[in-house]
Amino acid sequence: MDADKVFKALGDPTRRKLLDLLYEKNGQTLGELCEHLDMARQSAAQHIGLLEEANLVSTVRRGREKLHFINPVPLHEVYERWVRKFERRRLGLLHDLKKELEGD
Amino acid sequence: MSKEKTSFVYVTYIRSTPEKVFEAITRPEIARRYWGHENVSDWKPGSTWEHVRANEQRTVNVLGKVVEIAPPTRLVITWASPAQADDPASYSRVRFDVEAYQDMVRLTVTHDELEAGSGMAKGIQQGWPIVLSSLKSLLETGQGIDVFAKPLAA
Repeated sequence: MDADKVFKALGDPTRRKLLDLLYEKNGQTLGELCEHLDMARQSAAQHIGLLEEANLVSTVRRGREKLHFINPVPLHEVYERWVRKFERRRLGLLHDLKKELEGD
Repeated sequence: MSKEKTSFVYVTYIRSTPEKVFEAITRPEIARRYWGHENVSDWKPGSTWEHVRANEQRTVNVLGKVVEIAPPTRLVITWASPAQADDPASYSRVRFDVEAYQDMVRLTVTHDELEAGSGMAKGIQQGWPIVLSSLKSLLETGQGIDVFAKPLAA
């Protein structure tokens, strides 16, 4: 996984909103997504392109339509690498403190 | 009255070969290492398959039929909770597409025909990202992750 691409893709409010929109209703067309965005279709398409490059959005062709699906797999990998590790450490520190204070 | 259906598409890129990815899904001794479950079947079209927890209880948590199989690129199965196995409407469908890329594989899991808002739809949304991360981790590093891990409450 290219973590740089994931963080870059997440570092923009429009792209985060796009992910929220897909989380609410998965499998939308560009047109449907544009209804909720205050920008030109072309700009929205560029944002979606970056999300696709980061593998946060996958697309499926259905007839003439292109449907967009949120793909949380890279988010999970980022979570494993950048969040869970530190949670473990923080909880470890709390555990040590508790042991010290309670004299166990 | 038919209920509203929903679908999900999950994609992950794995530094591995299509054969290894396909085996990781269909061979119990590999699946148990990253999924905590074994997928048990003779993998012939029309045969049943069972998703069996890899512990002493051997609980069947999901079951269905093999719809289509074309190793190492495509597997299509139906998917239902054993409690609802008698209800044809409860069966959703899972399709695995394995595509060779330069030095890696693109694995797409398409889970559709799910009843919108059902417990199964909620469950798989939690499950697939973890299972696919764990599969990637196993094939790239030799070690899966604990798919039953719960968030650590602060």
